[in-house]
Amino acid sequence: MKSGVISRSGLKLGLAGAIVIGLVTLVYHFTHDAIVESEYQALLLALNSIIPEESHDNDIVEDTRTLPASKELGLKKDSLIYRARKQGEIFAVAFPVTAPDGYSGPINLLLAIDLQGKILGVRVVSHLETPGLGDRIESRRSNWLQQFPGKSMENPSHEDWKVKKDGGVFDQFTGATITPRKVIKAIHKALMYAEAEPGVFFDE
Amino acid sequence: MNNPQLINTNYSKIVQDGLWNNNPALAQVLGLCPLLAVSGTVINALALGVATMLVLVASNLAVSLLRQYIPNEIRIPIFVLIIAGFVTIVEHLMHAYLYNLYTVLGIFVPLIVTNCAIIGRAEGFASKHSPMPSIIDGISMGLGFTGVLVALGVMREILAQGTLFADANIMLGQWAKTVTIFEDYDGFLLAALPPGAFIGLGLLLALKNVIDQNMRKRQSSRLTVEVLDSNAVAVISQPD
Repeated sequence: MKSGVISRSGLKLGLAGAIVIGLVTLVYHFTHDAIVESEYQALLLALNSIIPEESHDNDIVEDTRTLPASKELGLKKDSLIYRARKQGEIFAVAFPVTAPDGYSGPINLLLAIDLQGKILGVRVVSHLETPGLGDRIESRRSNWLQQFPGKSMENPSHEDWKVKKDGGVFDQFTGATITPRKVIKAIHKALMYAEAEPGVFFDE
Repeated sequence: MNNPQLINTNYSKIVQDGLWNNNPALAQVLGLCPLLAVSGTVINALALGVATMLVLVASNLAVSLLRQYIPNEIRIPIFVLIIAGFVTIVEHLMHAYLYNLYTVLGIFVPLIVTNCAIIGRAEGFASKHSPMPSIIDGISMGLGFTGVLVALGVMREILAQGTLFADANIMLGQWAKTVTIFEDYDGFLLAALPPGAFIGLGLLLALKNVIDQNMRKRQSSRLTVEVLDSNAVAVISQPD
């Protein structure tokens, strides 16, 4: 008798599961295109904020190549590198950089450099820094990231790629030195990597 | 219709319970994880509150409709399935149509599944009542939860940043503007951090208790007066 109850309950549970899965699948099916479109628009907006829209003539979101995982970029997994072209020639790339040692977790950045290794723009993608202190690295909270465009590995010199407190040229925040320090370090490391291995970034 | 509950349904009591007397956050003290984590700004609080309410109303309705068919022994896994299904649906919809908000709320949208206020209503109310009262209960409880989230969000955002409705355009479109309460405000960091959320919730709980106590006092004094009055009437009307 008892086993009959159990199997009947199991059957009903299975039925409930099947119905719910069916419903979710239906919603997934109907929202899938909109989700892909939103992701595309968000990425396009992010890329255009560091590589001006009018400077390239290709679809920068679709023009990608695999960027292998590397310690130099702080990337644990293979990622994508986005290429900006003018008349078919790559003149700049955007790629993820992670500062693995932020104050309370990894800080994920999107960095754009041109063929000469000059920074075009930096964007914070996600972080776990303290609200009100470290989160001022976000471009909507302060213009701290605005000091990077135009900089490169040689400008400023190697010793000056630090916050002012450590004798460098970059601003820090009152009450939050670790966050800017780690972001600067991550960007500097990425620039040195691009200088040493340009093929990783600019090969077709 | 011989369902006694249907006859005895007292909608105003359901609404009062959800909004105040049995408020999920202030009386049942359920669902604190999102309550404390996402109440840093008003807009985040409002967004999570509305998402929670949608799931709550949908799950209450589904549980109520299916209550005769759900075997008692496996009701909890089925409630969880129903709730998880609706949360996933809400998550997909937000991902598709409110992308920025979806990225801001992050893990807290899927975590609505674990908000015990929702399964609490499924087990405690919807599984025993017909669909209409269950919907009303879902809306009231949802509004009660959203209200506390928003109240906490208002307190924390004003104290921490000196603004209200920061990033409102993410949720409501371009017409929504941030209101700056204090110009050149330095910010009060504690309010933005988790301890600020706990302290804020503590203050709200204390406020509710004070109000409840005052109401009870007034009620009991009114009762005494009425009792005295009726005694007086009784004495007067007693024939000698």
